[in-house]
Amino acid sequence: MWVYEKKLQYPVKVSKCNPMLAKFLIEQYGGADGELAAALRYLNQRYSIPDKVVGLLTDIGTEEFAHLEMIATMVYKLTKDATPDEMKEAGLGDHYANHDNALFYHNAAGAPWTATYIQAKGDPIADLYEDIAAEEKARATYQWIINMSDDPDLNDGLSFLREREVVHSQRFREAVEILKDERDRKKIF
Amino acid sequence: MSTYRKSWRPYIGPNDPCPPLEIKYYETPPNLYLGYQPYGLKQFDPSTALFKGTLWPALYAPYSNPYKKKREEEE
Repeated sequence: MWVYEKKLQYPVKVSKCNPMLAKFLIEQYGGADGELAAALRYLNQRYSIPDKVVGLLTDIGTEEFAHLEMIATMVYKLTKDATPDEMKEAGLGDHYANHDNALFYHNAAGAPWTATYIQAKGDPIADLYEDIAAEEKARATYQWIINMSDDPDLNDGLSFLREREVVHSQRFREAVEILKDERDRKKIF
Repeated sequence: MSTYRKSWRPYIGPNDPCPPLEIKYYETPPNLYLGYQPYGLKQFDPSTALFKGTLWPALYAPYSNPYKKKREEEE
């Protein structure tokens, strides 16, 4: 079970009215390397991975939901007061036609989230290598969004999220080290 | 000490339609170099750590748009 704290992991501040950024940010909401895919991937892989690294997947998977909530807040703030015309100008006309200003799990190009974005191979090394790749891809996505954003307050939150990807990748790499370690083997010299 | 950004020079063709991006950059963050994290590494104080997104200076590698400076120089 989970305990919910009614606050964000890191404060989200948006200082410029720029609905087009919401169109880009939605990549991290419902995209292949987004926070939803990350959370569901890790929390699902937990069941069939060696005990030693289950806790890590639980912790990181949980944190990804906290990140999802931050991205949702950013997208919401960027679009909540946008009129239909402003949505259209920001390239969000397709989105508006289907969802009004509601959030939806799709990527920046409008493709809906799909479970085919994630994998559970059951092989601990294959799964952890996928997780490392997912973190590096999410880190890169944050970089590309930062490159297109001119909002320092928004970028502050994105920089925090990017740094978390670096830390998560480090921890998954350590999980691989734990699983490949030969400390149990009797070494006879 | 490792560097966390690398660069390379893509080939510039004589008939390329757009002005060339002479240097391309990519990030090589500290997690590529650290290995299994050793005990006793230096820590940020808690409030700094919450701000930066990590407790560990060894894992802190802030990002900024590497192409922005170039554009401003050209203007």
